[in-house]
Amino acid sequence: MHKTSKFSLPHSQCTPEAHYLNRRALIAGAAGAGALFASGTQAQENPDFQINGFNTTEEPNTLKDISSYNNFYEFGTSKEDPARYAHNLTTDPWSVEIDGLVERPGSYDLGDILKNVNIEERIYRFRCVEAWSMVIPWNGFELNQLLNLAGIQPSAKYVRMETLFRPEEMRGQRTRVLDWPYVEGLRLDEAMHPLTIMATGLYGKELPKQNGAPLRLVVPWKYGFKSIKSIVKITLTDEQPINSWQATNAREYGFYSNVNPNVNHPRWSQASERRIGGGLFAPRIKTLMFNGYEEHVADLYAGMDLRKYY
Amino acid sequence: MINLCNRGLRKIPTWVLYVIAPVAPIWLFYLAVTGALGVEPIQALEHKIGELGLQVLIFTLAITPMRKYIGLNLLKFRRALGLIGFFYVFLHLLVWLLLDVRILDQIIDDIFKRPFITIGMISFVLMIPLAITSNNLSIRKLGPKWRKLHKLTYLATFLGGVHYVMVVKGWQIEPMIYTGVILALLLTRISTKKLRSK
Repeated sequence: MHKTSKFSLPHSQCTPEAHYLNRRALIAGAAGAGALFASGTQAQENPDFQINGFNTTEEPNTLKDISSYNNFYEFGTSKEDPARYAHNLTTDPWSVEIDGLVERPGSYDLGDILKNVNIEERIYRFRCVEAWSMVIPWNGFELNQLLNLAGIQPSAKYVRMETLFRPEEMRGQRTRVLDWPYVEGLRLDEAMHPLTIMATGLYGKELPKQNGAPLRLVVPWKYGFKSIKSIVKITLTDEQPINSWQATNAREYGFYSNVNPNVNHPRWSQASERRIGGGLFAPRIKTLMFNGYEEHVADLYAGMDLRKYY
Repeated sequence: MINLCNRGLRKIPTWVLYVIAPVAPIWLFYLAVTGALGVEPIQALEHKIGELGLQVLIFTLAITPMRKYIGLNLLKFRRALGLIGFFYVFLHLLVWLLLDVRILDQIIDDIFKRPFITIGMISFVLMIPLAITSNNLSIRKLGPKWRKLHKLTYLATFLGGVHYVMVVKGWQIEPMIYTGVILALLLTRISTKKLRSK
């Protein structure tokens, strides 16, 4: 099912995972302690970064990196909790309720959805609001395909999404760290953008549960918390949704949450980030406007004050 | 039972604590280098050492109430524990400076513009004179002023707890528990004073 377009590589051209692992081990071994002071006091430019279509040419993180360091508060607030507890989640059967301003509202079985969309590989940069980042080879389909399946009414302006609420299986939901269920949202043009995908896999394998199986959003030019996991509900609406983190702390987290090195989080700088996987002596690298996707998405925000709409 | 503990504790020389103290950070550093602290070892090391520092400082704060309310006497270890707590906090700061941020402009920016870092720095700076005067000579020289000066421990530890509450995303339980325990330990001081004045 791998569609070949200027935005994706057929899977046969992708580097196998074992290969990535070897390369990373070599790099880590060579880097060592000496890199600590040699790196100086500036954030490093990332020499590898280039976007080939929609795929970055940077070295992807290992499956271990991607599946052992997660923010998924439904399973606990520490980075290790999701990998430790997400196995309790039942992901089959799974259906997504699509309602609101759509032509064909209803409960969509995930299996049926997958028969009607094109799964491709997308190697995306992923930047967390906490100033760390990864490069992730997702498998997924463009969200616009799913929205078109349901049919968008002309009055729809926003897309609101909800994560599963099932405290029996998601132990973090038994605490009140956030108002459950987790809610995220996009403006309709952001949701329809070809960069915006629904991920169903990683490295050509099933999506690990701690990464938001069986279906999660990925919006690579926004901070990671926008990329809502384990989605069960999609509502098209004409009102801007209030996303969970905005509801918790509107001063620190906005609706747009575009990656922006010039607008700092009130508690920390967003000018630089640490790429996960570099070990104890990894330097910070510079954060790029819209996480490096400026040429693709800047015109969505033409004329907007991004300091106000953070 | 408590007497037995006190008698046993009296036999332990304080230098033992100074010898044991570096083991924890060395072990954590080893774990971080070998990948046992996960795929983001810098922050893991930073947080673990910071937490350790706070734990030791809280324990130091608990020594007086423990003697008062349950008769357990650890007074002879208080100086060593205070210094070890300071040492861990200093290492936490070093990890932040040398491994985490490393970018001079950003460090200066962070200290002045980010309240949780400002508060952490104030807490550290308050502890410097306390560490310097943690010796018999200073006690003799400063006389009653020494006791007054060392009341700063209360503020420094409390600010350490606040720093922890502020660093996490959202309202999380663990840092609140730490700060709650610190406040409870500080309250034991206020209530004894009030009792005395009656």
